[in-house]
Parts: sequence; C-alpha cells; structure tokens
Amino acid sequence: MYRKKECIAMLLAGGQGSRLYVLTEKNAKPAVPFGGKYRIIDFPMSNCVNSGIDTVGVLTQYQPLVLNEYIGNGQPWDLDRVHGGVMVLPPYQGKKSSDWYRGTANAIYQNMAFIRRYSPDYVLILSGDHIYKMDYSEMLDLHKKSNADCTIAVLEVPMEEAHRFGILSTDSEGRITEFEEKPKEPKSNKASMGIYIFSREVLEEYLTRDELDPNSSNDFGKNVIPAMLSDGKRMFSYTFDGYWKDVGTIQSLWEANMDLLGEKPNFDIHDKNWRIFYRNNAEPPQFIRDGAIIDNSLITEGCDVAGTVINSVISSGVKIEAGAVVRDSVIMSGVTVKSGAEIDYSIIDADTVIERDAVVGEKLGNGAKITVIASGIEIPQGKTVAAGSMIDRSNADKL
Amino acid sequence: MSVAGIIFSNIHDENISELTRIRSIASVPFGCRYRLIDFALSNMVNSNISNINVITNTNYNSLIDHLGSGKDWDLSRRSGGLKIFSPNRLAQKTNIGYETRLGALRTLSAVIESMTDDYVVISDCDVICNIDFGKIVSEHEKSGADMTLIVKKITVDRETAQRNSFVRSDEDGRITDILVHPTDFSGTGDMILNMIVMSRRYLYDIVCDAQVHNYTSISVDIIARYMKVKNYRIYRCDGHFACISSLEHYFAENMALLSDKKLYSELFEAENRPIYTKVRNSAPTYYAKGSCVKNSLCADGCVIEGEVENCILFRGVKIGKGAKVKNSILFQDVYVGNGAQLNCVIADKNVGIRDGRVLSGCETLPYYIEKGKMI
Repeated sequence: MYRKKECIAMLLAGGQGSRLYVLTEKNAKPAVPFGGKYRIIDFPMSNCVNSGIDTVGVLTQYQPLVLNEYIGNGQPWDLDRVHGGVMVLPPYQGKKSSDWYRGTANAIYQNMAFIRRYSPDYVLILSGDHIYKMDYSEMLDLHKKSNADCTIAVLEVPMEEAHRFGILSTDSEGRITEFEEKPKEPKSNKASMGIYIFSREVLEEYLTRDELDPNSSNDFGKNVIPAMLSDGKRMFSYTFDGYWKDVGTIQSLWEANMDLLGEKPNFDIHDKNWRIFYRNNAEPPQFIRDGAIIDNSLITEGCDVAGTVINSVISSGVKIEAGAVVRDSVIMSGVTVKSGAEIDYSIIDADTVIERDAVVGEKLGNGAKITVIASGIEIPQGKTVAAGSMIDRSNADKL
Repeated sequence: MSVAGIIFSNIHDENISELTRIRSIASVPFGCRYRLIDFALSNMVNSNISNINVITNTNYNSLIDHLGSGKDWDLSRRSGGLKIFSPNRLAQKTNIGYETRLGALRTLSAVIESMTDDYVVISDCDVICNIDFGKIVSEHEKSGADMTLIVKKITVDRETAQRNSFVRSDEDGRITDILVHPTDFSGTGDMILNMIVMSRRYLYDIVCDAQVHNYTSISVDIIARYMKVKNYRIYRCDGHFACISSLEHYFAENMALLSDKKLYSELFEAENRPIYTKVRNSAPTYYAKGSCVKNSLCADGCVIEGEVENCILFRGVKIGKGAKVKNSILFQDVYVGNGAQLNCVIADKNVGIRDGRVLSGCETLPYYIEKGKMI
C-alpha cells in the first residue's frame, strides 16, 4: 500500500550538460563533483530532506551509471524510507510505445504513474544542475496560501543578464502576468529558477494536453507554463534571495567552487542548520605536512598536502607533494600532483596524475583562460598544458 | 564458515578516567575523526564478520549515539548486524554490573547459545590496530585449537609488564604458561592483545562452566586451569597495537600518527581495510588567508584562521585569527578564540577558549579540559 504524501519532488537529472564537455563525458551533469566532497545533485536532494520532503523521483537518462550508483538506496540523504524515499526513474519500454524523455514536461508525463501512487496534493519539480540552499516548505506554504495552481521560484538577476533566463512579470501580489523564455528585451529581472510547485490535478491536466499537441517541444518553460498562463490559471512567483548558481558551464562550475571560499563565503556550506548530505567513502583525516602552505582553500578528508595550495578547492584523497603549487583551481578526488608541478586556474577531474615539474594552465588574470583535464589522464613529467586547453584521452598523448 | 564478533566496550575505562568520566572507553575520540571502537568494529567488518555484539556496562550513552543503527559500519542488517547489550541486571539477581569479560559473557549465555555462527572473535574495544581476522580464524580452524589468543612479541620493562598479561608457548605455538599481570617479569614475551578466537560451541561451554563454578576470569579461571588438557594456541601479529594505558599514553598515541607516517599508513591506508566511523556530513575544512598549518591531522568541517602545529583537530574545530595552537588534541566542535595560545592541551568536545587565553601542559602531563567548559 502507498501512503498519501502531501508533496513529492521530481528531480530532472537526465541532462547531458554538454557545455561541461569532458567533465560529463561518462557522467550525467547532476553527478559532477562539486565543492570538495559533494556532487551537484546533493544540493537539491539535501534541500528536499531539509524541507521535509521524503519522496523524490530522480529522472535519469544521459550516462546514468555513476548517478545511479551514487544515489543507490538514498541512505546518505535519509531517503531509504519505508514509505517513499528516493526512486531512480529511467525511460522505459511500454507495451504500445517506448520513448526517451523528449523534454522536461514529457519526462514527468511518462512518470505520472509514479506520482499517482502517492496521491500527492502538490508536485515539486526540480532540476539537478543548480547549487543553492532553499527551504521548499516555505515555497509550498506560499503556494497553499495563495491557492495557486502553480508557483514558480524566481530570483532577481541583473537586468543585463536577464535575457539568458525565463523572465516573469508579476502584479503587486506576486501573481504572474507574463512569462517569456529568454526574451531579447526583458520586461523584468525576475528569472525563473526552474523550480515549480504544481497542484497535482492541474499538472496532470496540462501534461496530458501538452502530450497531445504534436507541435509542442514538451518543455515546462516553453510550453506548459505559457499554456497555463494563457488559460488564466492562478500562477504565483516565490521570490528567493539566497545564493543560486547554474553550474552548466566550465566557467560557472569554477566560479561556484570559488564562491565557497573566503572568510564570509558567498555560499556557506559550513551551516549546521542546513547540512548538505553526500555519500561518504570512509577516508582518513587530511594530513597537512611540514612545509605545506595553504591559503584561502577548502581541503577534504583523505588528502595529503605537502605543497602549496592557494585559493583552491581540493577534493578527497588528493596528494599534493612538496614543491607542487596549486592556485585558483578545482581538484577532484584522487588526483596526484607531484613535486615541482604547477597548476593554475584549472579544473582537474578525478584520478588524474600530474607528473613532476609539469605546468598546467596560466595564472588567473585579465583574459586568462580556464584549463580542464579529464579524469584518469597522466600529464607527463615536465610537460606544459597550454592555458584554455581541454585534455582528455583523445589528445592526451599529443602533449 | 561464519564468524560472529563480541566486543567489550567498557574494558579498562579506568586507564583514562579523565576521558571516560562521561563516556565508555569505546567511544573515546581518537585520531581526528574516530572513536576507539571504530578499530575493532572496522577490523571485524573488513574480515567479513557482520554479526557483532557490543557489550556495554556503564556510561554508554555516547557509545549508543556513536553507533546508531550500525549503518556507517555497514552493520545495519536484516540478519546479524550490530547488537548492543546493556547490563542485564535482573538475570544476575544483584544490583552490580559485571566486572570482567567472563562475567559479561555469563549474562549473555542465552544469546551465545542461540547464535548459529561457527566461530567467535572476542575483542576489547581499546586496541588500536588494523588487522585481518579472517586469516587468524582460518589459521585457528586449521590448527584444530580450542582457543587462539592473538599476541605480539614485545620487550617490556617491569612496570609495563605489570599492566599486561603474557603467555609462554612451545615451538608449535601451544600455550604452556600464562602470566597474568606479572610483578616480576621483564624482557621479551608474547603479550596478550585481548583478542581471542574460538568456536561458538566452545565459548558456550566456557560460559556454562563459568556459571556453574562461578568463574570470573578467562585468563585465570579458564586458560590457566585448562591449558594442559585443552589446546590453546597463540597467533603472533607484528603490526602496530596500542592499548591505551593512561592519558599521557593516549596523548602520545595520537601524536605518533603525526610523527610516524608508516604507522598512519598502516592504520588508515591498508588496502581494502578502511576504518569506518560515524558520518557527520561536515563540509571540507577551510584554511583561511593567513592561516598556517604544519604537520597536523585535520578532520573535515574545521575553519582554521590561526596557526596550528603538530595538532590533531577533530571535526568542526574553529581556530581564530592569530591563535597559536601547538602539540594539542582538540575534540569535536572546540572553539579557540582569536590570539589564544595552546600547547599540549587536550580539549574535550565543545570546549570554548576565549580570545587571548594562554594555556599549556607538557608532553608528559597534557592539560585536559573537560567537555563543554569555557575558558
């Protein structure tokens, strides 16, 4: 028997994240490591748990192995529950037809059966590619209070960037009057964060209708939301004023990591009242050797640091030998940086080895370009990796 | 072949009475993020022992909080898994808890009777080591012994000898003599590490025998009495073993992790044998601009703005600007204010040290600050 839930979450985690290039070659974007010990999906998952939502469907499609393994039975997030918990929902073969997820709305439509099992009053739609801490229960309260059909979380962005987002216009009570996807001339700076709460019946009605429309691209932002708006449904905005970052590009992923640094970081992960949960690997403590210099950096368990680390985020199990220098970089788990090697303004993916005296990237500064090295690569001794290059198996041997 | 584990969580509490006033020795913090029992538990789990019984006696609140459901050691199981036993007062018909291992086992006779495992590994909780029980159990099985005692050959002075027990054995490894806390022994001998392997059936026999004759000590009442008729053997291990004997020793054992890189690798970097502990979901540790950390072990969740040298920092420690902390062990969530100076200090959980305070102990007598105190 399935118990009724007031609200369940559907987390869209099927995206490829093609603008993360080599980082998402064998890995869905939500499973990309972030902030030393997390993966991007830990943020929406932890937000759910901290907001009292205990049933989460994770919709996967692109390269799901790492993501599926990471989510497992949901135990790290307390989502291994008797009623509800986390459920990975891949596309499936049906009796009459089978299909990939054709868009965000279609992905949810194909999993209506999952939603109905819990007969929720509300469905929270999330995406797995943003870094933020948000109490969804406040948004749900607003949704209920305003007797809304749909509530969209919005963030006020600088006007000059507004053209990159879905932009909402609202009346004085927060009711949405207009919605435009990536407008050339934005009328407001309220950007949709891709977080929606729907009353379930309305969601079902509109997803069914959207499915019948052969011209629809089955997308919430492009099709479902505009259709509801033009029918005069009660749609409200929920204004969020905390930290929120889309980490869809190499640059923004690097920036979001850097936002964790500083005495008063833009984004605080040390907050004990809003813990971010993650899957743990039983690593020993971090060993900081004599002679190590660490300045404004985050370092994770299992690391062994004897070299210099400045303005960087270092994941678990990384070894930085004496005489090696890591500056303004994001180093993912299990990387070894040998003595004399120098890394500047780079993202180094897991288990890569930077041999002695190799030089990666260029100093951060005007016009500097970020350098990316994929996982499991060996940068040979003394070699230089040019700034702005992206090294993976296809071009590593040409170094 | 299935093997069960039994761990005594209150053995030798009195050795470090400062730290065990509020907790059992099993839950004494060690090495940045561990509690002493993590070693015994992880060693068992890594040796495919998944039915583990932890026997408590007193002060076990912190232990129960630490262990939870056993999930973090992969011991939250449908069958077997972690079981915690508290003193069963009624069964003993007295109001005092048990004082010895055998006394504790006697109260568990019904549990031991109902176990279905072939073998049992019995261990104290205060042995810091990383060993493979699997090898020892199969050696035990092959040798046909009734009981195998894990020992380490060491050279000791009289004082250390008195705190420990030793066995003598013939060239086959069969035990011929046992010296329990000898007052006149020094030199080289096989020290008992209080880890024993035997068949579940034989353990049950011992417990029944002990109940009938009111025996209380495994070494005196069982080993010494029956070693001529039964086949008790030794298994020599050469790795690192430490049974904490005092606060100074506790301090030295923690500091050894910093000075002895080989020891650190042996304990924490053994392939496929990680030491598990309770997961706290802390963020990575932040090293601020102007911080200076030398030769230290830090857990996650710390924020370091000052200077740290030769220290063991547990999870969530905060070191203020301009603070200088040397040769110290700071437990979970300790706060050191700006400009404070510490040397040879052991600060228990949640201790707060205000700005500018200067505190110092010395290596042979570290200054201990009780849990939650504000200085």
